Amino acid sequence: MNSLFQNPMRLLFGVVVLLVILSQSLAIVPEDKQALILRFGEIERTVNRYKPNEDFGRSGAGLVLRVPFTDGIQYIDKRILGVNMERQQVLSTDQQRLQVDAFARFRITNPVRMYTAIRTEDKLQAQLATILGSSLRNELGKRTFATLLSPERGAVMDNIQIALNREANKYGAEIIDVRIKRADLPEGATLEAAYNRMRTARQQEAISIRAEGQKEAQIIRGGADGEAARIYAASFGKDPEFYDFYRAMQSYRQTFLGENNQGGTSIIMSADNEYLKRFRGN
Amino acid sequence: MNDKIDGSMGRRSPRGLRQFFHQISQMANSPWGSGPGKGDDDGKGDGKKPGPRNPWVTPDPADQRRGPKPRGPSALDELLRKGRGGFGGGGSGGSGQFNFGDSAKFWKWGVVGVAVAWVLFSSFHIVPPEKEGVVTRLGSYSRTVGPGVKLTWPAPVERIRLEDVRAIRTMAVGSPNATDENFVLTRDQSIVDLAYEVRWSVRDPELFFFQLADPEGTIREVAESAMRATVANFDLVQAIGPGRVEIEAQVQQRMQELLNQYRAGVMIQGIAIRQVDPPSQVDEAFKEVTAARQERESAINLARAYQQQVLERARGDTAAFDKIYEQYKLAPGVTRQRLYYETMETVLSNVDKTIVEARGVTPYLPLNEVQKRIKAPEATASAKGGE
Repeated sequence: MNSLFQNPMRLLFGVVVLLVILSQSLAIVPEDKQALILRFGEIERTVNRYKPNEDFGRSGAGLVLRVPFTDGIQYIDKRILGVNMERQQVLSTDQQRLQVDAFARFRITNPVRMYTAIRTEDKLQAQLATILGSSLRNELGKRTFATLLSPERGAVMDNIQIALNREANKYGAEIIDVRIKRADLPEGATLEAAYNRMRTARQQEAISIRAEGQKEAQIIRGGADGEAARIYAASFGKDPEFYDFYRAMQSYRQTFLGENNQGGTSIIMSADNEYLKRFRGN
Repeated sequence: MNDKIDGSMGRRSPRGLRQFFHQISQMANSPWGSGPGKGDDDGKGDGKKPGPRNPWVTPDPADQRRGPKPRGPSALDELLRKGRGGFGGGGSGGSGQFNFGDSAKFWKWGVVGVAVAWVLFSSFHIVPPEKEGVVTRLGSYSRTVGPGVKLTWPAPVERIRLEDVRAIRTMAVGSPNATDENFVLTRDQSIVDLAYEVRWSVRDPELFFFQLADPEGTIREVAESAMRATVANFDLVQAIGPGRVEIEAQVQQRMQELLNQYRAGVMIQGIAIRQVDPPSQVDEAFKEVTAARQERESAINLARAYQQQVLERARGDTAAFDKIYEQYKLAPGVTRQRLYYETMETVLSNVDKTIVEARGVTPYLPLNEVQKRIKAPEATASAKGGE
């Protein structure tokens, strides 16, 4: 010990050697990684493998012992990973074109199979994206456009998930969820047609609203006229004969003196006229 | 106790450092032999034992005595010596005064000091009030600690990762600017331009750290997917109008369900739809609908006005009739006569009258005259109007 301290270079050297041996024989597997212990390239065992619904802290993560210089360690992500499918055009059964992009969430549940089949997460993601694209096209090709916009969309997604899961299992992965992110009409004629449809639908609405306004107005007017007639009848009906007389009087005034009487009036009266009956002095 | 050690370490550290450099230079000299006395002329009284030759300096086979002198000690030695000289001049007697035993002691203290500082720094953690710390022991999740001063094992053994669990984060999807349109299809296959915000916070930091490879990206994608799935269940008119609150609530619920399924440890606090508009291409048609609505209202208003007018008039007319009728009933004959004469009086006093009296004689009516007489007042009337 003393000699070590007296020769710090030796100490340094010793520390370095110790560190190398430690790093070769110990490894820390973090909570979010699974680890494969490879002995001369062959998989010897797995550490911290994914188990559903396990509690963190009891998962097997932590310090791992391995044989120095012969055991390699390969980390594989344990978290939920995502696959994004590039936006692509899908043709539905009713020949509607749709721009669809989707994403899937997956987790590597079998690191051994995943490592032997495809090695890295990146390659797996690329592979799954391709598979997702093709199964999406297959599934959507069997459906009408309207289905994609309806609650049935859930069933479509389930089918895609099943198809994708079948493939993903071969790579030791499990698909948790597949979702269509966007399903849009492609630019150009289709979109224009959709706009046109929206526009005409609005115009139709506008016209019907106007017509409705007219109708309402007519009803109100009619109601008013009817009510007025009722009021008149209730009052005038008490004595139709007198009403006739009274109204005639009003009418004469209105006709001969009213502001609407244009062009003057000439009245030629016979002496027999009721008004002139006193004229003759009888 | 800790403070004391720390303090003393603090005071000593420059000296310790100097010691350390000295040691290195000693090492450079001693294990592989010092240069000849003349080369080492800063008067160090260190080991004169003839060590092995400096391996970095190849001896000149032609002239052994000149040997290493011209090339001298390596550049590192030179540098160190200069540095040491500078320090030594100011110091108490220079570092050269220490022998091996002393320097080893200081060196030891240095190591201990660094180790203590390391332990202190990596085992005391102040967790701010809005955060929680996730402690991992050798990679394995150990515990989650709340705010305050927290103790952990020193660094390689236990590590702590802090995450803010109080802050409500906002993530904007779509944008209210016209440049970035985020079109969403509705149930009636119409398109709306949608912009909204997702407010979320971290509920379980350990899940948040360990479950998702890309939490923010995941939340964004989940939000988009949930929003599109929800809006697809609404008609355009509902979506841009009264359905907004409903949509927000449904999206929030959907997102939370999905994220719970992922065990993401994320809490969706709310969705705020900032904008939901029909695309600009059909905006005109939408305005037309609004205009039509106004027109409907105005047509109805006009009809109401007419209604008022007609009814009031009816009420007025009948009221007048009723009043007169009341009186008429009291004295029918007189009232009738009076009304008749009054009316005739007013009517006939203002018009041209021709009375044909002869009985049995066909009267000759000078219609031209009549016409003239009709025209004359008109002319005067117009002349009056012209004045």
